[in-house]
Amino acid sequence: MIHARDLVKRFDQPKKREPLVAVNGIDVDVYPGESFGFLGPNGAGKSSTMRMVGCVSPPSGGTLRILGLDPVHDGVQIRARLGVCPQEDSLDPDLTVFENLTVYAAYFGIPRAVAKARATELLEFVQLTERSDDRVEPLSGGMKRRLTIARALVNEPDLVLLDEPTTGLDPQARHLVWERLFRLKQRGVTLVLTTHYMDEAEQLCDRLVVMDKGKIVAEGSPQSLIQQHSTREVLEVRFPTDDLRDIAGKLTGIGERVEVLPDRILVYADDGDAAASAVHRRDLAPASVLVRRSSLEDVFLKLTGRTLVD
Amino acid sequence: MTSVNVQPAPSPWPVFYHRWVVYLRTWRGTIFSSFAVPVMFLVGIGISVGSYVDRNASLGFPYLDYIAPGLLASSVLQVAVNEATYPVFASFQWVRTYHAMGAAPLRQTDMVSGELLYGAFRGITSAFGFLVVMALFGTLHSVLAPATLLVSLLLGVAVATPVLAYSASIRSENAFAVLNRFAVIPMTLFAGVFFPIENLPLAARWLGYISPLWHGVELSRASTLGTATAWPWVWHVGYLAAWAVGGYALARHRYARRLSD
Repeated sequence: MIHARDLVKRFDQPKKREPLVAVNGIDVDVYPGESFGFLGPNGAGKSSTMRMVGCVSPPSGGTLRILGLDPVHDGVQIRARLGVCPQEDSLDPDLTVFENLTVYAAYFGIPRAVAKARATELLEFVQLTERSDDRVEPLSGGMKRRLTIARALVNEPDLVLLDEPTTGLDPQARHLVWERLFRLKQRGVTLVLTTHYMDEAEQLCDRLVVMDKGKIVAEGSPQSLIQQHSTREVLEVRFPTDDLRDIAGKLTGIGERVEVLPDRILVYADDGDAAASAVHRRDLAPASVLVRRSSLEDVFLKLTGRTLVD
Repeated sequence: MTSVNVQPAPSPWPVFYHRWVVYLRTWRGTIFSSFAVPVMFLVGIGISVGSYVDRNASLGFPYLDYIAPGLLASSVLQVAVNEATYPVFASFQWVRTYHAMGAAPLRQTDMVSGELLYGAFRGITSAFGFLVVMALFGTLHSVLAPATLLVSLLLGVAVATPVLAYSASIRSENAFAVLNRFAVIPMTLFAGVFFPIENLPLAARWLGYISPLWHGVELSRASTLGTATAWPWVWHVGYLAAWAVGGYALARHRYARRLSD
């Protein structure tokens, strides 16, 4: 569905000689029926990649094939078979919920009767049938996102692109979106999404890449990434003192890796309980000890660092 | 799902259709203004100011008849500018309609042409309303009067295309005040709508000559009064066509620039 080799996106920056390299030589393959994720902090190049895949932004270098076609020359044909759910909402406030779907269907040259039938089905699918004749503005963020997803499906796309589909939604709304996307996945629709939520990636993605600073830093299924880049379990220890660095020094030898955070120390170990007893045996009197399974978040933070990027 | 195999055939019509669906909510208001505004202008200026002007009787026609085609052309200018400014800027900036269209198979050319189709529809219908009012006021003196619709179409496109390009280039809606102050208002005042351009000092006449409006006014006046145009009519038509063609190319360029990075 997507085939990229050494894909590059550069932007000219006003007042600077060096262009900004948003995507710096990535290789990606997405196969039919799979659900694929681009993970990464803000500025990692996820959205730029999605815009190139969506054929609205031409690549600056490398090879890109979408559905076997060239996005620069066959943009129109490719876009006719894509469903795009952009990060920034582009619903029309002058139109009703129903019209937002039928007018969008017209952009694909879908006859009006077919558009109406599909709009009805899709509103059912995203549970917005009751709001069909309302304007878009009074809808909640979650409803708007569901409507945008419905809109992306109006042309029965072969490939659906979702750029941060649940950013800014409350937990109930997120779960409803996830559940709908999972249904799509079950129907065999190929999904490509970007996210910076680890739980989202774990829930939805069969396979994912972690991007950082325009490059792919890891690739695999959520499970295999955890195995490759983290230990099976993580021990979180808190101490009633501020001088955690000092204590961390006394933990050397326990687990595979020790990381000091402002409020706690993380010990990466395959056997968390054994690590916990080892800590107790060193007479360090922790205030609390918690053993948990390693998550994709641990992988993500290890690969992309804890420093804030804006 | 309903399964129908649809071949992608990008065209301007979906862009027109989008505007049309919105128009269907407000058409009653536009019908009212297409008739009420001409009546107000013709009574307010044509008849009242005309009663003073006509004492000199230097125009060869009642002032009402003289000014009516000018007001028609200037209302077409107004409609073209209105349709090519805020709704277009909103489609780039606020609603991001063009981004949605661009994610679908539509091309930038389709967007520009679709906006023009809608602008042409709005321009023609309001010109038609104006002509009907003019007929009721007895200001039509030529069998060529229906040709005023074609003049309005040409004038509307000549104005709308560069304004589309302008709306695609600006980053803030405040820039529309500049457009209004330095283009629309001077054009309306100095392009022969209210008085013959020859009354202006020579140095100021070029303001009228370069504006598309003056050429539209000249042609509208010729077609409703049956008089000759200031220059051969082909020149006026050619000048407006040049604006239309140049504006169209510029608008496509600005749309492409705004929407692809």
